[in-house]
Amino acid sequence: MDYDTLLQLLASTVRLATPLILACIAGLYSERSGIFDIGLEAKMLVAAMCSGAVAYASGSAWVGLMAGIGGSMVFAAIHGVASITFRGNQLISGVALNFLASGITVLVAQSLFRQGGRTPPLSGDARFNPIDLPGADALQGVPILGPFYHEVVSGHSILVYAAFAVVVLTWWVLSRTRFGLRLRAVGENPAAVDTSGISVTGLRYAAVMITGVLCGLAGAYMATALQAGFGKEMTAGRGYIALAALIFAKWRPVAALWACLLFGFFQALALRPDVVEGVLHFKVPGPFLDALPYILTVLVLAGFVGKAIPPRAGGQPYVKER
Amino acid sequence: MDRLPRWADVVLVPLVSLLLAAIISALVILSIGEDPWAALKVMVEGSLMTGLGWGYTLYYTTSFIFTGLAVTLAFHAGLFNIGGEGQVQLGGLGVALACLYIPWPHWSLALVGATLGAAAFGAAWAAIPAWLQAKRGSHIVITTIMFNYIAASLLVYLLVDVLRPQGEQSPATARFPATTVLPRLNEVPGLNLIFTDKVLVNVTFFLALAMAVAVWALLWRTRLGYQIRAFGKSESAARYAGINPTWIIMVAMLMSGALAGMMSVNNTMGEAQKLLANSAAGAGFIGIAVALMGRNHPFGVVLAAFLFGFLFQGGAELGLWTKIPIEMRIVVQGLVILFTGALDMMVRMILIRLFAPFRRVKPGTA
Repeated sequence: MDYDTLLQLLASTVRLATPLILACIAGLYSERSGIFDIGLEAKMLVAAMCSGAVAYASGSAWVGLMAGIGGSMVFAAIHGVASITFRGNQLISGVALNFLASGITVLVAQSLFRQGGRTPPLSGDARFNPIDLPGADALQGVPILGPFYHEVVSGHSILVYAAFAVVVLTWWVLSRTRFGLRLRAVGENPAAVDTSGISVTGLRYAAVMITGVLCGLAGAYMATALQAGFGKEMTAGRGYIALAALIFAKWRPVAALWACLLFGFFQALALRPDVVEGVLHFKVPGPFLDALPYILTVLVLAGFVGKAIPPRAGGQPYVKER
Repeated sequence: MDRLPRWADVVLVPLVSLLLAAIISALVILSIGEDPWAALKVMVEGSLMTGLGWGYTLYYTTSFIFTGLAVTLAFHAGLFNIGGEGQVQLGGLGVALACLYIPWPHWSLALVGATLGAAAFGAAWAAIPAWLQAKRGSHIVITTIMFNYIAASLLVYLLVDVLRPQGEQSPATARFPATTVLPRLNEVPGLNLIFTDKVLVNVTFFLALAMAVAVWALLWRTRLGYQIRAFGKSESAARYAGINPTWIIMVAMLMSGALAGMMSVNNTMGEAQKLLANSAAGAGFIGIAVALMGRNHPFGVVLAAFLFGFLFQGGAELGLWTKIPIEMRIVVQGLVILFTGALDMMVRMILIRLFAPFRRVKPGTA
């Protein structure tokens, strides 16, 4: 494998990892507050459909993004009402929302556009187009680092950079702010948080809605940047890979970034079987690369690679003392 | 906290949940500019008004009984088996291997062999998450989700690279031999008076009903069933009573996986006659809804499976005869799971309000 191929692979890794990073960090907020969310997939799918449809209608990717976030937040709110207010089973709520999203996105796209459940292809300003970072062309002559900067770091859509910024911001919020400390506390010991006069319900709703916003970004990126429009089931299990990455990273933001980049790298490799065969000198089945994130996560869960300890109050509805 | 009378808890809560799901579904149909009443008519006519329609409805019912029982059995042990999807696909592999590589003289023997194959493979796929839960404390929900995806990838690999006959394009096994074809209900003496056309539902339907009875007998009439239920109610109490947690988790999950795997007898052997990619097609997840609707009782599961069989077949009819896309049935399923499963408490709270004026106030508690 030559250097150019490696750079292509890495650039593709960054593009494919972006929706995983956004969805993974989305899940992190919810789960650190004690609300399990296996409905990341649902929210991404809804956001992808809303942003694809609205970006087409308005001709603006930004308006599409807002619509995507809005759609995702509606689903987040349903999950919040079911699991916080009505203390329902969070896993079942997630399963239900996954079903609902899978059906309703096709239904709405079909009734709006009559194109077999897709939204019409986007072009121009209706998409988030690649932006060149300053100096990308000028520095291209610098050996090794120049092409790396030009191919891998520069030339992505703004949402890719937003995803990396979200990771840094999340690290700062969780470890350096009062809100972050309370959020982590409410996922470990809600009774203690309640005793100190802070609303458990309020904090958990805040977390769930942040999850909605970030899943909205992830879904909008899928439909308006990575691809040009929404297609049936276009998230293709990315919500579950993000969930796997979250566990793999043991619910920590910076580790989540690396986990998502690793899983994105597997996805990039699966698209280039020729490269894999060239390096390893034997044929690796594509489905094996698809399954690798899940296999690695099971190994982590099994405690063979470190120990993944979820937030202690995760999944349990909080009943206030009377 | 106020409680509902038992009949309301068992009958009224699911009915109100269903009603709410139906109302929202009607609103969804209205909002895409179609007529919900006409849609319901199409669904009923296509699934319950003809022998052919009944054939489809009962065929889907059969599949959902298996996956619903799988979720129910695990649930009584306090385990949420969300991995039906993967266990069904692996069960399909068991069926395919049994049908393709063993020369069966008669369909009845093939049925026994394929059922055992399906159960063994489904159980094996549930065994690893079960062992990880029992021994390493990994959350079974997460591991079974992961195993769904690993199963899907494994099946794609096997169907594309290993089991696909040479010269074939689509990822599927070869067609099973003719001696493994299961009789449809229109070929069963007696029933052929009811089903005059060639219908989809086959003798696996009776296997599903038998399994429902077996699960009921196991849970409420055997020592093991008692242990499973005790463990599900309180792990610490069960442990104190000398019940071995590892044993219960393993046994409950293996049986759950076996039940899910057996669904493949219905669709892989009874219908497709070859193993296809994504053979579960969501039935594993629908099993969760079926178990919820059926209140985790095998007989409730049979009724709920019939309801979902009706929704599935009715939804297909919508896709055929109306402008409503077939995906409407996924929306309805999602709504049913949401209201019966996640928003259960909301329905209860509403009903408790409604019941409050009719309840006698016991002395001293008012």
